[in-house]
Amino acid sequence: MNLVEILIELIRRTTSDLPPDVEHGLRRARAAEIDDSRAALMLDAIITNVEIARRDSVPMCQDTGTLTFYFSVPAGADCVRLESAACEAVRCATARGLLRNNTIDALSGSSIDSNVVEGDAPVCIFRYHEAREVTVHLLQKGGGCENVSCQFALPDETLRAGRDLEGVRRCLLSAVHKAQGYGCAPGVLGVCIGCDRAGGYKAAKEQLLRPLDDESSVPELAALERKILKDADELGIGAMGMGGRTTLLGVKITAHTRLPASYFVTVAYMCWACRRHAVRIADK
Amino acid sequence: MKKTIKYPFTLRQIKELRAGDLVRLSGSVFTGRDRLHKFLAEGGQPPEDMQASAIYHCGPVVVRDSGKWLIKAAGPTTSIREEPYMAGIIENFGVRVIIGKGGMGAATCAACKRYGCVYLQAAGGAAALQARGVRTVENVWFLKEFGATEAMWKLDVKGLDMVVGIDCHGNNLYDEVRHHSDMRLKEFLND
Repeated sequence: MNLVEILIELIRRTTSDLPPDVEHGLRRARAAEIDDSRAALMLDAIITNVEIARRDSVPMCQDTGTLTFYFSVPAGADCVRLESAACEAVRCATARGLLRNNTIDALSGSSIDSNVVEGDAPVCIFRYHEAREVTVHLLQKGGGCENVSCQFALPDETLRAGRDLEGVRRCLLSAVHKAQGYGCAPGVLGVCIGCDRAGGYKAAKEQLLRPLDDESSVPELAALERKILKDADELGIGAMGMGGRTTLLGVKITAHTRLPASYFVTVAYMCWACRRHAVRIADK
Repeated sequence: MKKTIKYPFTLRQIKELRAGDLVRLSGSVFTGRDRLHKFLAEGGQPPEDMQASAIYHCGPVVVRDSGKWLIKAAGPTTSIREEPYMAGIIENFGVRVIIGKGGMGAATCAACKRYGCVYLQAAGGAAALQARGVRTVENVWFLKEFGATEAMWKLDVKGLDMVVGIDCHGNNLYDEVRHHSDMRLKEFLND
């Protein structure tokens, strides 16, 4: 397969094949609900949908989302070529019905049917690594959950949230409560403590690439991840906000540096359709 | 137990539904998103009579295959964006069923009660399943003006499973869930 074909296949998998850890989380959520309950009906539909999408290679959600390609490249890699291959792959995947016509010119409101505007869409992020091959992670995140992502600047008086982990906890529960079912619960929280505003959103979103069973290597963050996961369920929001026992499938938190004057807590809310896959591309 | 409803939706069918009921819906539905709602609310006329019909907040993934439209994915979009327009559309065009996700606001809830309309929650993102429930594409309008995602599609669907979110008796399930979560949040933030 050439580079473009490899990336089309990555898109096909990401849009149609929910990662096994996320599917496992959904099945566990379903098992916790009573048969014939509202949450059970929602989760049954979601799980059947996951099976159909995988079997038929069709998008699991019609909002095929913002496509973000995270390229890890060796020094000297041809990033221009990689980015144009990603653009071409998006064009082809759209023509094949793997992606919806999902890109709008913000000024005119008209549809950019190809989903490609070089340098703008899809999003391509590059970083160097020691290995000799190129690794590509693709994340597809839809608009419903993006609309409930949010950022807090601490201290926050209304939440009585100070500049410490207790303050972070208050922000995160408040974010889940505010999202209700709008972000297509049960969702996943990607969280960044610190950074500037722009960096916070970027780092929070990247946390969504972590598998659900991955715990933070920082003990206090791992503890906070577990606590939020448990407390969010007790809010009772449930699948699609119809009430139920599982509100979140995972919480992934990272902490970065910050300026003395700023303390941002940034939340990337991901819907249950946590679409992420990766591929390694050998030299040449 | 699921209640079954079928297009054209009679007032009697609608009145029997209560917030929280599980429903299976079949028959014709019109899709409509932001562009269509704005158009209708600003005095635009629907290309077909919408009396006793269902409007589905959905922008499908569609491909054209040897002269026929194929719906690849057709899940609900967030309904609250249509809140400024919904009550007027219910009143003016006699829509009896709204399908979407996330629920709607007080104005829509009041219009449901006044004119006899229900809001049904489909499983958000379950687009492949819901596309499989589409038997045929009966028609499409505004394809050129609004694009395929925002166009008004008339779909014949079979057996879509949903939950009544807002009924025509003034009950709103989302308010109940929100109220419960408000109380729990207060407890969490006070300990």
